[in-house]
Parts: sequence; C-alpha cells; structure tokens
Amino acid sequence: MISSIFSQLFQTLLIVVLAPLLLGWVNQCRAWLQNKRGAGVLQPYRVLHKLFHKDAVLADNASSLFRTAPYIQFACMVLVASIVPMVATDLPFAAAADVIALVGLFALARLFAALAAMDIGTAFGSMGARREMLVASLAEPALLMILFTPALIAHSTSLTTIVEALAHREFVLYPSLAFAAVAFAMVALAENARIPVDNPATHLELTMIHEAMILEYSARHLALIEWASAIKLSNYSAIGIALFLPWGIASAGDWNAVPLALAVLFVKLLLGGAGLALLETLSAKLRIFRAPEFLGTAFLLAVLGMLMLEL
Amino acid sequence: MATFTGQLINFLAALLLLIAFAMLSQRRILSLIHLFAWQGFILALSTTVVAYSTHQPHLYYSAFLTLVLKAFLLPWILHRLIIRLNIKWDVETMINVPTTMLVGIALVIFAFNLAAPISQLADTITRSTLGIAMASVLLSFLMMITRHKAVAQVVGFLAMENGLFFAATSATYGMPMVVELGIALDVLVGTFIFGIFFFQIRETFDSLDIKNLEKLKED
Repeated sequence: MISSIFSQLFQTLLIVVLAPLLLGWVNQCRAWLQNKRGAGVLQPYRVLHKLFHKDAVLADNASSLFRTAPYIQFACMVLVASIVPMVATDLPFAAAADVIALVGLFALARLFAALAAMDIGTAFGSMGARREMLVASLAEPALLMILFTPALIAHSTSLTTIVEALAHREFVLYPSLAFAAVAFAMVALAENARIPVDNPATHLELTMIHEAMILEYSARHLALIEWASAIKLSNYSAIGIALFLPWGIASAGDWNAVPLALAVLFVKLLLGGAGLALLETLSAKLRIFRAPEFLGTAFLLAVLGMLMLEL
Repeated sequence: MATFTGQLINFLAALLLLIAFAMLSQRRILSLIHLFAWQGFILALSTTVVAYSTHQPHLYYSAFLTLVLKAFLLPWILHRLIIRLNIKWDVETMINVPTTMLVGIALVIFAFNLAAPISQLADTITRSTLGIAMASVLLSFLMMITRHKAVAQVVGFLAMENGLFFAATSATYGMPMVVELGIALDVLVGTFIFGIFFFQIRETFDSLDIKNLEKLKED
C-alpha cells in the first residue's frame, strides 16, 4: 500500500516537474531545425521563475472567475497526470477515473479557460474562446472514439488495465490501433495548440487561438497557465505512449523494472518531442476554417479503427 | 505463421479502405490518379499474400496482372489523358467533403453488417475482409455519384472494379483465370473508350461536366 502511494506521488511529480523540460526540448529542436541556436532546454523554467516573481495585474472588471481559472486549469492537468501510467501501472489514484473521465477533465480545464477569456470582455479573449471551442467541439468526439478502440481491445476503460493488457500480450498486428494512433496524433496536435491548427509562438491577431485567450493574464496566473499547458503536452504524450507504445512500462509491484521503464520513457519522450518539432517545421498552419476538415479526418480514422475491430 | 499472414491481409484491407476514403475526399485530379495507382499496388500485394498463404498458384498470375494493369498501365493512360485534355481545375464535389465522409462511414457500417453473416459461413483465411471489399465498392459508387467531372467518375468506376476484384479474392480466392483475363481486357478497352468519350464530350460542350449531358436539346 505504502509503495503504491509512493509510486503514485513519484509519477505525478515526475510529470509536473519535468513537463517544462519536454516543452523546452521541443522548442530547442525547432530552433535547431530552423538553423537557430535556441534558448536552451531550461528556458521554460526561467520563464516560469520570472513570471512567479512578478506582481499580477488584473483588469478592473475581472471577476473571481478570472482569478480562479488558472488554478482550476493547473489542478485539472495535475489530476490527469496522476491518472496516466507513465513509468509503472501501480497507480491507486487511477481507479478514480477512467479514460472517459479523463476526456472530461480536459474539457473542464478548457471550459474554465474559455469562460475566463470571455470574463474580461475584450474582443481578443472572446474570439480566442470561440475558436478554441470550435476546435474542441470537434476534437473531443474524435478523442473519445480513439480511446474506445484500445478500451475495446482490453475490455476495460481504465487506463492502467488497458496498459497492462496491451503491454503484456504477444505481438498482434492491429490495423485498428494504427488508425487510432494516427488519429490520436492529429487530435493531440489540435488540442495542444500546435502548428497545423494553432501556432504556439504567434501573437498575430488573425491566427492565434490559445494565445488570444490568455492575453490578459500576467505574473503568477500566466505562469500557472503556461505550466498547465506544458503539463497538458506531457499528458498527451504520456497517453499516446501508454496506448500505442506501452512496451517497457513496469507492471504493478515490479520495482526492479522501474529504472528500465524510466530510461525507456525518456528515450520515447526525446524521440516524440523531436518528431513533434520536425512535424511543426515541415507543415504550415491551416486556415482556421480548414481545422474542421483536419479534425473530421481524425474522427473518420478513429471510427474506421473502431469498426475494423469487428473484423 | 498462418495467423500472421491473416493479420497482414487484414492490415492491407484496412489500407485499401483508407485509400477509398482518401479518394472520396481528394480534390485534385492528379492526386486521385496517384491514389488509384496505390490502390492497385496494395491490391496486388494483398493478392500475393493470399496466394502465398493459401498455395493458390493462379492467384500469383492475377496479382501480377493487377500490378501491371492497375498500378502502372491504367494510371499511366489516365495521366496521359489529363495532360492531353489539359485539365488544370480541381475536382468539384456535389456535397462538401466532410458530409461525404459521414455518408461514407454510414456506408461502411452498412457493408460490414451486410457481410457479417456471409463471413461467418465462409472458412477462407480472407473471410473477414469481405466487409471491407463491399465497403470499398460502395465508397467508389458514392464517389461516382458525388462528382461532376467525367475523369473523376471514370476513376471511381475503375476503383469500383478494384473493390469487386478484392471481394472476389476474399470470398472465393479469386475468379477463374478466364474470367479474370476477360475483365482485365474489358477494363483496359473501357478506359480507351472513356478516353475517346472525354474528347468527344469536351469538343461538344467545351467542358467535361457531365451535367451538360442531361439537356436533350440545345437552347
């Protein structure tokens, strides 16, 4: 019991503390691919440090919703981080929420982000919120469909059970899982405001989605939001790894496998981050009205993957 | 080992279904022809795998025929045709692409349901791919319905023939060689005739839009 609580705390802290590092790695890879020197993988930590030491500025008409929203977003992401198995499947907390509740947690964080963006009443905030909701309303059903495919294979919607079932089976070629993996990559790009749908580095009013929502935030609130979106990226990477590349994740109570699992996880994240940077460098941002088509394709792939299980 | 080839066939069948959807959503005529060539290639590959796993020598011949005809010759002829016709426009669809996709998903569910009882009766290694074969026939049919332009409709027709071939392979390990040779010749001659038709249609109407054929007299 003590050991599983320790495992739980360890994994949650691992994601929360190392999430900015993954973001820094992705940014560094992008800088390298663009022939720039880059700010180093530790830059997100420096930004967070700077923001936490500033004084917060709030708009006069900001309600308490605006002030509490960053804490809710951060808490949602930490909660998700404690459900997704990264190193070991020994997570007592994971019993509290299955994959459907997981999607719900993401939705809750997004809802508060959108509400807070509209709370101030600036044009950019509400525009960003509306665009975010447009993307989210299409990404969410696709994400659910994607999660159903591994859930049907493992006969369970609990993430730890799915990982146990998928990681410790003999090699079977599942076309469904391949379809679901591609669809998941597309949804993850859209949900994390990465390039084909949104550009995380832009402040151009015509194109920004996520950045438009958080323009009014400063200091510790902004730091929490930035940190939360870094954790979100790590969470999505962790879910992708858990569902589609689960080999190496230690099973419950198997403490000897943990160092190896940690090493495998770091290699996977390094490769995944470099892959994301490569994808972002190679592709151009879509027009916002093309985003529904992009996510429609993801939904199509997910549904096809699920139907293919019947064969 | 037999199970692995079975999985491989299923995987290739899944790719065929994906290509059918990609063709349905494709807006450019050139990419449509490239997708058609890929469909022929994967069809040949899956037929080879079926031939290997079931020890049916005649399937090797039909796989070879498919590869030459559908992956190289027909796409090449179509390619030449669109260069000669100087087609630069993008394909227009009657319904917008996301709606077509949703209709396509409904068709896939219908085809899978239709094929399920038949697959349960069969004892071939390919029985589970019958649903996919029927789905790709229906999707090609949908593509023919939703396109205005003659070239896209012909590609849809040829893709439907690919689907039928796949259905034959998955249901009964292919048709007799005579029938297959006959169909291959039909398709080849058909493509030539379509080519002549394209020129005639364009000469008469200055466009390859099939809508023009609906008018009975000139106004």
